[in-house]
Amino acid sequence: MADLSVLTGGRAGDGINSAGLLVSHLLNRMGYSTYMYFDYPSLIKGGHNFTITRAADMPVGACREKVDIVLALNQDTIDLHRDLMHDRTVVIYDSGKATADGQGVPVEEILKEEQAPPVMGNSCMIGAFAGAAGIPFTIVEEVFGTQIPRGLEKNLAVARRGYGSATRVLHIDRGHEGPFSLLSGNEAIGLGLLHGGLDAYVAYPMTPTSNLLHFLAGVAEDHPLTVVHPENEISVILMAHGLAYAGKRTAVGTSGGGFCLMTESFSMAGTNEVPLVVVMGQRTGPSTGLPTYTGQTDLHFMLHAGQGEFPRLVVAPGDITQACAWSARALSLAWTCQVPAIILVDKTLCEGIAPLRDGAFPPLPDENHDVPAGGRYRRYTITASGISPMLHPPVPGSAVKANSYIHDEAGITTERADVTVRMTEKRLRKGESLLHEIMRLDPVERSGREGASITLLCWGSTLPVCREVAGNLDFRVVQPVVLSPFPGEQLKRALSGAEQIVAVEENALGQLAMLCARNGITVDTSVRKIDGRPFAVEELERRILEVA
Amino acid sequence: MAERTLITGTQNTWCPGCGNFTIQFALRNAIQKLADEGVPLETIVLVTGIGCHAKMADYLDINSFYSIHGRTIPVATGIKLANPELTVLCCAGDGDAYAEGLDHLVFAAKRNSDITVIVHNNRVYGLTTGQYTPTSPLGFRGRSTPGGTIEPPFNPLSLMLTSGAGFIARGTTRRMKELEDLISRGLRYRGFAFIDVLQICASYFNVGELYDRQGYALSGHDPADFEAACRKAEEWDYNRDAPIGFGLFYRQEKPVFEEQFDHRRLTAADREDMIRAILAAKR
Repeated sequence: MADLSVLTGGRAGDGINSAGLLVSHLLNRMGYSTYMYFDYPSLIKGGHNFTITRAADMPVGACREKVDIVLALNQDTIDLHRDLMHDRTVVIYDSGKATADGQGVPVEEILKEEQAPPVMGNSCMIGAFAGAAGIPFTIVEEVFGTQIPRGLEKNLAVARRGYGSATRVLHIDRGHEGPFSLLSGNEAIGLGLLHGGLDAYVAYPMTPTSNLLHFLAGVAEDHPLTVVHPENEISVILMAHGLAYAGKRTAVGTSGGGFCLMTESFSMAGTNEVPLVVVMGQRTGPSTGLPTYTGQTDLHFMLHAGQGEFPRLVVAPGDITQACAWSARALSLAWTCQVPAIILVDKTLCEGIAPLRDGAFPPLPDENHDVPAGGRYRRYTITASGISPMLHPPVPGSAVKANSYIHDEAGITTERADVTVRMTEKRLRKGESLLHEIMRLDPVERSGREGASITLLCWGSTLPVCREVAGNLDFRVVQPVVLSPFPGEQLKRALSGAEQIVAVEENALGQLAMLCARNGITVDTSVRKIDGRPFAVEELERRILEVA
Repeated sequence: MAERTLITGTQNTWCPGCGNFTIQFALRNAIQKLADEGVPLETIVLVTGIGCHAKMADYLDINSFYSIHGRTIPVATGIKLANPELTVLCCAGDGDAYAEGLDHLVFAAKRNSDITVIVHNNRVYGLTTGQYTPTSPLGFRGRSTPGGTIEPPFNPLSLMLTSGAGFIARGTTRRMKELEDLISRGLRYRGFAFIDVLQICASYFNVGELYDRQGYALSGHDPADFEAACRKAEEWDYNRDAPIGFGLFYRQEKPVFEEQFDHRRLTAADREDMIRAILAAKR
């Protein structure tokens, strides 16, 4: 079985993410499934950045504990990652910047001879990697052709020199997968939202969702999409209220701190029934925490954020493909059921890069807002489903009144006890309608061996690592993708027959386990991780075997 | 269209003598005038915050978004961005616009969002029963400052001038006809129109006599002259006794925020083509 891990490291500002992505694309073109993890501190230049690209002849979505090739653009890459190397790890390094046992590449000399700028040093190293790994140069040409269209000839010339300088140490056979489109989680969410009918995206920059803002701002350069970066997250969600009230399908993006600022207006969506979608990328908290590292600590915050009681959709996709599909569905469901929706992700998923697979673009239902003929339009008409026909101004002859106060059907403020009860019940009925919609969408994912006695229960970005470990140990995996409204019945069915349920979470308190307990599902044991780094495959396997 | 009075049948709960009645009628008349000129009523949207002023959303029979405290302006910008055919205005209180949501006021002026903001500036919190606001005079004895405030007010006109607003006016509920005219001009202005309305609070800060005694209508003032507007704005600092000018302080055409967006709508086919192209580039 082919399974190769390549660490690419250098200083922040040296284009390490792009270099790692090129490594991924080379292996993607070689016919493998790839996954890339990006690790970077919260600074602009000078700190240590690295990526780990893993390629295998099966779907992978997590790193292993050791790497096979180290591509070192500086000395730190060698010194800081000795624990990731095994006996046969090959180090390919820029001989002008580092010394090591391995293959030195005279990057500076090559650049001088080719009269190429220093920025092309990474192309030289990528070429050397391809040479050492036995990847045909035609593959390098293909990848550079699509990924580095600017200065292509010069980049290829430099890469060819790097390629020639390397000693072949591996022979990677052609695999049989792909080639796939490689996307970051942020990009997958963006494409899912676009598929779901996104008209506008509003965000204030915050790791790990800033790159979703950047991606959609890039799309808006060439297409009629409204992308705004206003003064703060309070303004972000309020602009979204205005856009959606006036008929534009709108999403916002942030992380925990930004969402704290949004909660007051998130609650407003509970009462004024304006459909909103929030992309919420978790990172290590509390407060500023570890801004560029991961965590799954905000689940209960999402379930309860905002004063008052109102239905909400919370979906937690586990990989790139789910992120795309459920972002589309979240936008669609928010508008169908007129509820606020949260797409709950984390740094691992947002900034990891993996292939987009089948099922990323599900068919979506048309929304149907039949307005009773005759009479003036009433925004909050009471219905059996709780969902009132939603129109947007201008509506000839009618006023469309949205209101954050308790209001009557026309949207006029009231303090009457009976209307308060009727409108509260109406809004809560939307939660039942939402649950009904959810039940048709397989809100609980199952993989691994059906009937296995040990079941790994996970949510969000730990899905791929759980799948791999379950495959190795012959366990099964159950992942509720929808966390609110809680698909309790489906989850119970998915877990039926399990002798031991092991919850895998990247938080300290076991937030999914608590949610399950509240819904009458008992988790037997938990494996938790709280250091801001995602589980490596062997690490999770070890931790599970300690308790299972 | 059937005759509409623009007033809903909702029971009005402003205090007798409240300045909000004057603003309501000035605003209604200004809106009626727009409608008479052919602007469809259904294309006018009012956004209000929370406070006595905000009941305007319930009382005026037009599209409305009754928002939360301090949060009118970004909602209004969102509405205008969604549909530039709409005429969007905010009624905000001085607590809304100058305290809780001051950031939005400054940024709407900076980006020249095409909305009209009418600040019901009664210089006191009414609905929460009498605390000081950012424009209460120094030493104001309110329920949260029984010994008198120890911080002076700021001057919203000067603030708007430095923030880049292109239409800056001050009116008062003591001069309804002029107020109506200012609102009409604000609604017609392409860009961010700011109108500070000195309004009396019948219950907690009834200083109508002050506005009558010190107030005067601007005349001979050139609203295109920024320096002159700054000097005029500084004539009264919202604190000491000084002449209080009413009228248009500043007016300047500027590029409009919402006009710089592409307002076409993607068709479903366009979307799928776009997604396919992006996926191809990532392969």
